[in-house]
Amino acid sequence: MYEIVTKRELAANIYLIEVAAEDVAKKAKPGQFVILRLNEKGERVPLTIAGLDLENGTVAVAFHAVGRSTKKLAKMKEGDSIHDLVGPLGNPTEIAKFGRILCVAGGVWCAPLRFIVQALRDKGNEIVIVAAGRTKDTLVFEKELKELSDEFYVATDDGSKGHKGLDFLKDLLKTQKFDHAMAMGQVVLLQTVTEITRAHNLKTMVTLASIMVDGMGMCGACRVTVAGETKFACMDGPEFDGHQVDFEELIRRQRVYLPEERMASMLYEKLGGMKRG
Amino acid sequence: MDREKRKHETPMAKQDVLERIHNFYEVALGYTEEQAMREAQRCLQCPNPHCVEGCPVEIDIPAFIKEIKEGNFLAASVKLKEKNSLPAICGRVCPQENQCQVLCVLGKMGDPVAIGRLERFAADYERMKGVTVPPKQESSVTGRVAVVGSGPAGLTAAADLVKLGYEVVMFEALHAAGGVLMYGIPEFRMPKKVVQAEVDYIRKLGVEVKTNYMIGRIYTIDELFESGFDAVFVGSGAGLPRFMRVPGENLGGVYSANEFLIRVNLMKAYLFPEYDTPIRLGKKVAVIGGGNVAMDSARSALRLGAEEVLIVYRRSKEELPARHEEVENAEAEGIKFMFLTNPVRFLGDESGWVKGIECIKMRLGEPDDSGRRRPLPIEGSEFIMDVDTVVIAIGQTPNPIIQRTTKGLETTRWGTIVAKDETGQTTKKGVYAGGDVVSGAATVISAMGAGKRAARSIHEYIMSKKGA
Repeated sequence: MYEIVTKRELAANIYLIEVAAEDVAKKAKPGQFVILRLNEKGERVPLTIAGLDLENGTVAVAFHAVGRSTKKLAKMKEGDSIHDLVGPLGNPTEIAKFGRILCVAGGVWCAPLRFIVQALRDKGNEIVIVAAGRTKDTLVFEKELKELSDEFYVATDDGSKGHKGLDFLKDLLKTQKFDHAMAMGQVVLLQTVTEITRAHNLKTMVTLASIMVDGMGMCGACRVTVAGETKFACMDGPEFDGHQVDFEELIRRQRVYLPEERMASMLYEKLGGMKRG
Repeated sequence: MDREKRKHETPMAKQDVLERIHNFYEVALGYTEEQAMREAQRCLQCPNPHCVEGCPVEIDIPAFIKEIKEGNFLAASVKLKEKNSLPAICGRVCPQENQCQVLCVLGKMGDPVAIGRLERFAADYERMKGVTVPPKQESSVTGRVAVVGSGPAGLTAAADLVKLGYEVVMFEALHAAGGVLMYGIPEFRMPKKVVQAEVDYIRKLGVEVKTNYMIGRIYTIDELFESGFDAVFVGSGAGLPRFMRVPGENLGGVYSANEFLIRVNLMKAYLFPEYDTPIRLGKKVAVIGGGNVAMDSARSALRLGAEEVLIVYRRSKEELPARHEEVENAEAEGIKFMFLTNPVRFLGDESGWVKGIECIKMRLGEPDDSGRRRPLPIEGSEFIMDVDTVVIAIGQTPNPIIQRTTKGLETTRWGTIVAKDETGQTTKKGVYAGGDVVSGAATVISAMGAGKRAARSIHEYIMSKKGA
């Protein structure tokens, strides 16, 4: 059992929790993920690591409570325990001296981005961060990311704060030279960013949140075509060169369980959610 | 017992076909006490028993059968556990027909003694009555051994080592111990409570079981040594699914057998939405492959409610690698077989879901390295089969993470770890390996045999190290 030591609501329905998992905290690196299973009947939920506290032996993860499991997790309190936590899984982000780095993250993904950027900054990179969200209410860690960056931008789909959409990146790339880029978020965001950077031949690492079951190379549910070859996001990724990823296939594969997820989420709202609430 | 009576084995009851295809309960129901005693009486108690030679874990077969014959069921189980810590598992999934039973003298004039069923009976009887754990023996040995993987090889090695007096920590990457017995073999063939009872027994012997530790990610093998282990046994299995590498394989509705079975067995998707993990299944399911994993997948698909389930195999019935009994069960349940057929590509609908397979007919040529006749495509014989779910069950290879992260550990081009058959010794000092990670996907019992041999050589290794 893994105790939730702290819990913070970062924005409406977006939470950051720190979970006691000392052995994992000692070994994990930015860019890796953990898999949580809330209870004996739970599914395995992959979440990218958003921070480590070596002193307290905790691993931080952020999540947006939109599905059944994340809604259940959102109901859990400090002091409650999660049945299983395994990690670190996946390969760490390459932390090297690249030069000037463009980092784009959407919504809840700003939390793991913060963790990665801290390491990249320590290596002496110049960091330009774009915090993106559907609306201004889904932005998290704005202040912290601003502090970590040399330049900071906000973009929202509806224009409720900062730039409207990511089109401004086109101009940014025309006027500034970057040596490296990374994007984390919904597939649409990854696709948009890589399309823009492609024109400038700017290598862009994207973090793929494919459907996973075990997260350790067994099931192949997370398979994705990269440069014409099938890769497993859990073992070969989760970061890949965005210019080589077959996003259309990825989007289709991510939709497979939407009906079941909707049903489970609805059932949870109607039955489980009320009972526990 | 007269000669004529002795010729025939005592049948074991199975769940009725029409019922069992709608549930995940165990198909084979096991012997009653009377049936077990009757079957035990058939054993001739040979003074030089051949059956024992066929057992990879060297069970004293006549001795445990004698106990059953005399009604000492608990004593029978104790006898089994002297050599085999997992009798309820072996009694269910060992291919006894090719091992102990094929050597039984009775087989020359009729049916061999149903050794596997008797093993299962004794183990199940003990589990019902409450398992007795032998008191820890006084031992002068000291040392710590890490066991990587909690499948059949790891469980066996861990049990033997802890009995010898070692401190044993077993690391399992998944959330439940048991390896393939938990994630791979379905409930209707290997009830998960049986597996957990055997794992509990290993735990009670004194093995520390750490789930949620993926060695290679959280600790490397070298780090295990640094943290004070004297030796490491790697029994990490063959968990990486093989794909066909044909177009359309990444369409929705195309599963690896691993994904399909993990969802169903480990995550209990057949109980969705009570359990959180779903499985999406169409009406017509094609399973590609002819091994036990293919049979398990096909029979699971049927129980999940598929209207039609086909096994598509590139060779003929003769070459099916699955156990005969499993093929019979599948046929009885209404699984259809398409032999000498191989997929060329998968076809999808506009939403990206699989809607058919383009197949080609095959013929058999000369025998290949495996001794089986090589399947060759018949040009121009392509045809399209309409299906809406595909499970690819053409084999598994070892997960590469340990091999990638361990310096000095030699591997083959198939990704298996190089280890001596007799000892399990790898090319890295203090590291032993056995089971599917060495042999490639094989049987539960051969993995257990390898775990047993490795435990013995780890003991010798540590003794000589400490003695020096």
